[in-house]
Amino acid sequence: MVRFILWRLLQAIPVIFVVITATFFLVRSAPGGPFDSEKAVLPEVKRALEAQYKLDLPLHEQYVAYLGDLSSGDLGPSFKYPGRSVNEILSSGLPVTAELGLYALTFALFVGVLAGVFAALKPNTRQDFIPMGMAMIGICMPSFLLGPLLVLVFGIYLDWLPIAGWGDLPGDKILPSITLGSAYAAYIARLSRAGMLEILSQDYIRTARAKGLPEWQVVTQHALRGGLIPVIAFLGPAFAGLLAGSFVVETIFQIPGLGRFYVQAAFNRDYTMILGTTVFLSTLIVFFNLISDVIAAWLNPRLRAQFKGGA
Amino acid sequence: MSTQDIGAIVEAEEGASLWNDAWLRLKKNRAAVTGGVVLVVMVVLVLLTPWIAPYSYEAQNLDLGATPPSAAHWLGTDIFGRDLLTQILYGGRISLAVGFIATAVALVIGVTWGAVAGYVGGRVDSMMMRFVDILYALPFMIFIILLMVVFGRNILLLFLAIGAVEWLTMARIMRTQVQSLRQQEFVEAAVSLGLAPAAIIFRHIIPNAIGPIIVYTTLTIPSVMLLEAFLSFLGLGIQPPQTSWGLLISYGAETMEEYPWLLIFPGAALTITLFSLNFLGDGLRDALDVRGSKD
Amino acid sequence: MMRLFQSLVPASVLVVLLTACGSGESNVESGNREGYLHYGNGAEPQGLDPQVVTGVPENHIVRALFEGLAVKNPKTLEPEPGVAERWEISEDGTVYTFYINPKAKWSNGEAMTASDYVWSWNRALHPDTGSLYAYMLYPIINSEAYSKREITDFNEVGVKALDDQTLQVTLNAPTPYFLQLMDHYSSFAVHPETLLKHGKMTDRFTPWTRVGSIVSNGPFTLEEWSLNRRIIIKKSEHYWDRDNVALNGVYFYPTENVVSEERMFRAEQLHYTAVVPLDKIPDYRTRENSPYVQSPYLGTYYYLVNTDRPPVDNVLVRQALSYALDRDKLTRTVLQDTAIAAYSITPPDTLGYNPPKLFSYDPSKARDLLAEAGYPNGEGWPGLEIIYNTQEAHRKIAVAVQQMWKKELNIDITIANQEWKVYLNSVSQREFQVARRGWIGDYVDPNNFLDLFITDGGNNNTGYANDIYDEIILERAPKAKTREARYSLFTEAETMMMNDMPIIPIYTYTSKHLIHPSVEGIYPNLMDSLNLKYVTLHPGRRLDTESK
Repeated sequence: MVRFILWRLLQAIPVIFVVITATFFLVRSAPGGPFDSEKAVLPEVKRALEAQYKLDLPLHEQYVAYLGDLSSGDLGPSFKYPGRSVNEILSSGLPVTAELGLYALTFALFVGVLAGVFAALKPNTRQDFIPMGMAMIGICMPSFLLGPLLVLVFGIYLDWLPIAGWGDLPGDKILPSITLGSAYAAYIARLSRAGMLEILSQDYIRTARAKGLPEWQVVTQHALRGGLIPVIAFLGPAFAGLLAGSFVVETIFQIPGLGRFYVQAAFNRDYTMILGTTVFLSTLIVFFNLISDVIAAWLNPRLRAQFKGGA
Repeated sequence: MSTQDIGAIVEAEEGASLWNDAWLRLKKNRAAVTGGVVLVVMVVLVLLTPWIAPYSYEAQNLDLGATPPSAAHWLGTDIFGRDLLTQILYGGRISLAVGFIATAVALVIGVTWGAVAGYVGGRVDSMMMRFVDILYALPFMIFIILLMVVFGRNILLLFLAIGAVEWLTMARIMRTQVQSLRQQEFVEAAVSLGLAPAAIIFRHIIPNAIGPIIVYTTLTIPSVMLLEAFLSFLGLGIQPPQTSWGLLISYGAETMEEYPWLLIFPGAALTITLFSLNFLGDGLRDALDVRGSKD
Repeated sequence: MMRLFQSLVPASVLVVLLTACGSGESNVESGNREGYLHYGNGAEPQGLDPQVVTGVPENHIVRALFEGLAVKNPKTLEPEPGVAERWEISEDGTVYTFYINPKAKWSNGEAMTASDYVWSWNRALHPDTGSLYAYMLYPIINSEAYSKREITDFNEVGVKALDDQTLQVTLNAPTPYFLQLMDHYSSFAVHPETLLKHGKMTDRFTPWTRVGSIVSNGPFTLEEWSLNRRIIIKKSEHYWDRDNVALNGVYFYPTENVVSEERMFRAEQLHYTAVVPLDKIPDYRTRENSPYVQSPYLGTYYYLVNTDRPPVDNVLVRQALSYALDRDKLTRTVLQDTAIAAYSITPPDTLGYNPPKLFSYDPSKARDLLAEAGYPNGEGWPGLEIIYNTQEAHRKIAVAVQQMWKKELNIDITIANQEWKVYLNSVSQREFQVARRGWIGDYVDPNNFLDLFITDGGNNNTGYANDIYDEIILERAPKAKTREARYSLFTEAETMMMNDMPIIPIYTYTSKHLIHPSVEGIYPNLMDSLNLKYVTLHPGRRLDTESK
């Protein structure tokens, strides 16, 4: 197992390197530059700006310079926010988005797994249709619909919860977390139901039941492990999609997170910001994929045996 | 006869009875049948739209503005005075097309990729999955912007772009499924019968993994439709005056207090379609589940 | 399992309710009590460096932290003393002498001097700084040459510190709006020692504007700057006019999402919104004591026409398109009466100047013009595309215009939205036939709008090139002796230009805000210029919430 993890970590390095290089050249090929603005930029001004940000050097020189800075952890200055470095923007936005994501995924796992397992226990009955129906609605409802809806109901009409901010007023973290988590909850509910149904129809489950074990033991000790494999596999991409998904929630609820910066950086052609977030994000994704693979392998007793024995 | 011939015969018999059984089981599932019927009706309606739509989708009536449902406009009008029913019908053409085509693209690439990676394992698996990792980490927004700008505002490209993003998740899930299936006896049996890996993958493993595949497909279609809405909303997708359900919903969400019908009806259209897809998908999965016998 | 699940659900609901209930005092209430204004500012500012930033959100905060030589009265927009307590203008209008108020101090207690201005304007004009607003100071002798590196000695530029309190500025020609430029943030003074502590004079991205480092000279000082979350400013102890500042401070919020901002206002989390969503306006108008404030704004929304590209290279086609546009209907329906139909580039009543109106909505005349141009009833029309940058309002207008032209002229029109940078690129490279554009005035004077269309002007983007027009705008108008003479020259130029129709004007902007009843002192004006000195808060007033 340890060798497996180390080997995957080693593979991560070229992956991240390829991502950085591809992104570097990709962003510079998109039309429009960071200094194009509505009022025409005088050519002298443009030249001065490009000189200050080293954009007048040939492309490969810029690339090498960037890699050099990167190796010392310096992600460069943001083009859009002069005076702010990318490191700084990342470190201000990241904890917020991470916290939002954590709450959202916790909510999603909790509600989703419960609903999915619940439904799988009595398929094609009301116990199945109601949670799955709600899950379906959760999938159909994009966050730019659910958010305002929740805001209107709980924030304005009922006046129970604040409708903007993160950490400014008590309770302002509830609505955004639920909005972001709902879509994931719905997916997880359906995935866990499907996974559980697969497992519950297996022979070894019948055996366990025949042995007289109480149902909840059958579920938690035997079925859950295999049934949740698709959920685990989903978590990797879920984290990845979180950053772009949180953009909408962050905009609706005025949350100072990374999602907003990330999407806007693309529109602003803020090269360093895009690269910085990509570097960071790719590292994160690689690790999360790794973790989710490891957990899936661990949950699968046969694969686990394979690892313990060989690789 | 050689073992290979026997294998071929066994396979052929298996094939016939599996699908037949499945069809019979499916027909008995009322929810699935209802879903299927609704879906077919939807598809027919949107295909016939150019002939049956009450108004032209471009015809504006600025003085009329947004009005609730009435005799002249069954579902009301939008702020340009355009008939909402017409908008929903035309929007459905785009949304359903995006949903099906992009998902099909994602399905074909993702399932194949994941299955091969999961089955073959080892170094090939590593390389294939690392490639998936790379594509995941690339900034999606920039990629889409580039595509749209370099290749123009072709709807077909939108489908491809969306499919190109969605297949990654499908591949990962498929691979995990295949990894767990690979250990099972029926695979060992197929191997010992001397079947080629391609045959094993396509004829044995994939059908057995079909449960999560179908479920994930029914999850991907709405995801694709909403992704299209998100992109169009940002200006990277469908161009007005063309429209889609996702666009209608996102505009409706902004004015949900003033003109609730602009949200309710497109929302209902999307929800009904997705529900039907869902029931049908569930029914298919249940019908194709060889081992399952529901207590 | 079932029982566990059943008990968890009500438990969680209870927890949620308990933590949520009693959301406490709203921002408006606490703000009124403490003397803090909660201001929806539209977007996270790029920065707070007066010579680096551009943009309206930045404008509001920079003008609260810094002050110019002269300020504008918020009601009349007439110049008033700022850092300069008085000034003298020479007979011929080219020499301005500013007398700096001896009480004017930096936020660290040091007195302001004239040499601070010389240093700051050197920074603003220096080619290495890359200030996007350097051209605002071009009326000064040799400033443009300095910016273009034609001269390298700043002493040759027409600004001198005669002594610590006296600043003398020499202009190329009498510039009636020069005092207005002194209220534009690009001409504000910055504290030289502070900047030099963090880098060179021409550096753009040093952290000198951070809390703790920044030294400014305005009515407020920077207290907190949480990226993308809020900016808090506090009343300054050293400001020369601090006795007249009623507020204790301001919270600026980066409210990008227009609809969310309106909801925040309704929930009394904001005193003031930067904009108002169009669809909510009719409802606000019907209320008594409506918080909705709309007033004319110095800006024009128009479509650029590329005069080098067929079919719009034909002036008859351009005129036909303009005649076929029902601007009144557009502003009434799509824009909910929040705009005024425009028939020229300069907004009406720009400091007393009124633009010529050369045409009106006349579809039959439009059809005649189109036929004359060679496309009778739309036959043979090669197609036309309107591009615009992604935004709800632009989309709405483009969709409506597309239909109008199709219906009246029977021609094929496509519209395409482009992502912001792509759009900017298309406009500056003139890769378009018709493109949406807006121009907000930086100062109140027709020149600000008319000098857009000089030959090869950076913001011309239409290919319009007329020597006589250039001559009037660049030479004859600046030398005019009286306002009447100047304005009649402008009328001549504008008439000439609009006959050629290189743009299709659509509407004049209005500023739209929601202002809480407890706020007084935010006076609507043509520049939507905010002077926080005049703002007072009155606790106890609530929003009339008519349930909707």
